[in-house]
Amino acid sequence: MRFEAPKTTELAVALLAQETGTARVLAGGTDLLVQMKMDMITPDLVVDIKHIDGMHDITPEDGGFRIGAAVSGAALGEHAGVCALWPGVVEALELIGSTQVQGRATMAGNLCNASPAGDSVPAMAAAGAVARIAGPDGTRDCPVADVPVGPGKTSLAKGEFITSILLPSRPDNASDAYLRFIPRTEMDIAVASAGVSLEFDAAGTCTAAAVILGAVGPTILTADASCLVGTKLEDAALEKLAACCSATATPIDDKRGTTEFRKDVVGVLAKRAAKIAQTRAGAKS
Amino acid sequence: MNKIHVTTNINGDPVEYLCEPQETLLDVLRNNLQLTGAKEGCGSGDCGACSVTLNGRLVCSCLVLAAEAEGQEVTTVEGMADGDKLHILQKKILEHAALQCGICIPGILVASKALLEKHPDPSEEQARYWLAGNLCRCTGYDKIINAVMDAAAEMRGA
Repeated sequence: MRFEAPKTTELAVALLAQETGTARVLAGGTDLLVQMKMDMITPDLVVDIKHIDGMHDITPEDGGFRIGAAVSGAALGEHAGVCALWPGVVEALELIGSTQVQGRATMAGNLCNASPAGDSVPAMAAAGAVARIAGPDGTRDCPVADVPVGPGKTSLAKGEFITSILLPSRPDNASDAYLRFIPRTEMDIAVASAGVSLEFDAAGTCTAAAVILGAVGPTILTADASCLVGTKLEDAALEKLAACCSATATPIDDKRGTTEFRKDVVGVLAKRAAKIAQTRAGAKS
Repeated sequence: MNKIHVTTNINGDPVEYLCEPQETLLDVLRNNLQLTGAKEGCGSGDCGACSVTLNGRLVCSCLVLAAEAEGQEVTTVEGMADGDKLHILQKKILEHAALQCGICIPGILVASKALLEKHPDPSEEQARYWLAGNLCRCTGYDKIINAVMDAAAEMRGA
């Protein structure tokens, strides 16, 4: 295995593109090193991107924030601006692992690990986050939701890597939330999860809703949340949302949860997350 | 295979070492530098016995490549005491008899120190969540948490 720590994006892309064997990008390493130790992957090249300018930066952009690919959960959670604008994304990322893991784990890494149960991914997708991807043909922007294409698989081409993720601006009276079910209170992998982002008008009527489900399909799944629009999240609207989420979910049966349980609980999580987002948005119910 | 030359800083001292690309920071601390305070429990970031700080952030040194430490600042449990004078957290762990086999304790100490630097007045719940990534199979945690809370109180008073 070779280890490289290039100082520029161009050098990193060239290294990744030219490697004929297996190449991996290293940011926080909390998935990569575990997979290497378990012999799940044996990379010929590891490219540490943390010496590239901007990778550790959180930069205001058009009313939102651009999050560098090496920004850890701990660093994101200390940023008052991001916490205020996208609390659901921050809480989702902060649910991953222990304090030690938080010191290293990144949103971009969680996304590229492409686990269906990655906690920050439904929240980012609900937020309409956009990944900036550098590659041999230059830079492109791709909605976060289009990055994972299956368990452990992404849409990134050879030589490409994520340099930052944009959490966009949002109007007033809007907020988000993320909830997951795990069998204990801390440090576990989601059995089912839901990220919800909502916008309201001044009267407290929901004007836009995004609900993304995690751990109930091969990738994150988008639930039709149009039943919330035009409502104040009354019980009937929330019941419709839960039914819609349960119908959308296509979970597997495994030791962590049955298909039936996951389909049911993902609807409950979506309802509860929607209520939290509503409260955070300061919307009148 | 060509070894990688790394220049870093550990517990305030400049340190150089040669490492293999796949070696972890934990491997080098223990095997090359004889800093054996950090322990390998699980080797997969679950148990926290290998906790160190990297640029002030609490991390598992088993999940950091040794080559990544180039130009960074690492602190380990060996940097906690001031010569023969134990850190308050170390004293309190002893006073409360908060260890049995002791394997987890270096990690607990490093993690607790990081906690109290960020949150000098933690609630017990906060301390328990912060230390949730440090597994102890002997004590049942109560004595550890008591020691940490006692140390926090003394450090605030000091």
